[in-house]
Amino acid sequence: MEVVSPRTLEEALRLRAAEPGLMPIEGGTDVMVDLNFDRRRPVGLLNLNEVPELRGWSRDDGLLRIGASLTYAQVRQRPLADTLPALAEAARTVGSPQIQNRGTLGGNLGTASPAGDSLPPLLIERADVELASVRGVRTLALERFLLGPKRNALAADELIAGIRVRPSGARQTFMKVGPRNAMVIAVVSLALAVDREREELRAAYGSAGPVPGLVTASTGERETFPELVAAAAEPIDDLRGTAAYRRHALRVLVGRALERCWA
Amino acid sequence: MRIELDVNGEQLEADVWAGESLLYVLRERLGLPGSKNACEQGECGSCSVLLDGELVCACLVLAAQAEGHEVVTVEGLAGAEGLHPVQAAFARAGAVQCGFCTPGLVVTTAHLLERNPDPSEDEIREALSGNLCRCTGYAKIFDAVKLAAGT
Ligand SMILES: Cc1cc2nc3c(=O)[nH]c(=O)nc-3n(C[C@H](O)[C@H](O)[C@H](O)COP(=O)(O)OP(=O)(O)OC[C@H]3O[C@@H](n4cnc5c(N)ncnc54)[C@H](O)[C@@H]3O)c2cc1C
Ligand code: FES
Ligand code: FES
Repeated sequence: MEVVSPRTLEEALRLRAAEPGLMPIEGGTDVMVDLNFDRRRPVGLLNLNEVPELRGWSRDDGLLRIGASLTYAQVRQRPLADTLPALAEAARTVGSPQIQNRGTLGGNLGTASPAGDSLPPLLIERADVELASVRGVRTLALERFLLGPKRNALAADELIAGIRVRPSGARQTFMKVGPRNAMVIAVVSLALAVDREREELRAAYGSAGPVPGLVTASTGERETFPELVAAAAEPIDDLRGTAAYRRHALRVLVGRALERCWA
Repeated sequence: MRIELDVNGEQLEADVWAGESLLYVLRERLGLPGSKNACEQGECGSCSVLLDGELVCACLVLAAQAEGHEVVTVEGLAGAEGLHPVQAAFARAGAVQCGFCTPGLVVTTAHLLERNPDPSEDEIREALSGNLCRCTGYAKIFDAVKLAAGT
């Protein structure tokens, strides 16, 4: 096993193409758990911490480009937090300060867990994922990037370079149900936006289906929206909760989120 | 593979297996057992260290990722004049029982007070939410943080 630490995106992509067995690692908050517990033994690790192109975020004429290495702690900082408020709220619920300082959006997309907390807030903003390889760059709607529990559309020679999103400016919020405030995997989570400009309601749930799912309706459908979201989810029974509880909780959360964002 | 680390201001070298965590290298290769190993999955905070001034779990940092960056462990806090004020406050407030969680909590508290010298109750709770203690029930730990903030 080896560790390679490229200093540019170009070098990272060349290494990725030459040796698809190298496992990318950013914050390591998912990868290291697997290594520490002998769950995975990749041929090597592709350390992305030294790649400047993956860091930070920029804004060009209303289009935000967020680097894959952006940490939850950075997502919580203004002015980004004012631009993507539900994402910032979600970041605050992730793990603990230690996890928020290391865990990244790119890593959350890479893991593609149904409980990934950054995913519902990005779905309600209709974010795209930027995928790079030596062949070039493509963007894919987040909805199409997420394929199943811990499965995504990343090709063997690709890296997640970042996220592209045009913030809607809609009032929005994120909510998460779990046994306590810190350090919980969501039993169920919800991001919701009331978009007056587009007369649209957008909700995305987490931990209530094989992938986080987006549900939309017109603002005229406020009364039936909680039921619509609960019906669209495909929760299962597991250690953390039952399918019936999850559906119920989702209905309640949508009602509360609508109240919070309606004004 | 051989890596070179900057730990508590010293340049140290170690031969490591590529998949080793920073925590393992600190404890088993560099003779710095202050950072504790309990869960190895980011849940308990007993391995908390500073990486370029940011609070992280050493068990979740690949040791090779720390190359070229500054690591500060609990061993690096006390100065020539004796205990770090946070260490002294933990001892004085009776915030230490078995002591296993203490190094992580001391590093976390020192980091909090450096950025926010007068934290509110809520800010203390949020800052310490990644550190578990099985003994004290946390009351004395909060006392120690407030005592350190006042000193
Ligand atoms: C104690 C603890 C609490 C946690 N709490 C939460 C929580 O509340 N909510 C939550 O959503 N998650 C949580 N997590 C999971 C984890 O922190 C997140 O999924 C985080 O976003 C992962 O980011 P990372 O940078 O650490 O990823 P890494 O561990 O570095 O990588 C994760 C995966 O993505 C791949 N990858 C990383 N970057 C790229 C890239 N640029 N291109 C292609 N593939 C890439 C890796 O190969 C790996 O498969 C928690 C983890 C721990 C240990
Ligand atoms: S040993 Fe690192 S958090 Fe528990
Ligand atoms: S004093 Fe024993 S775990 Fe905290």
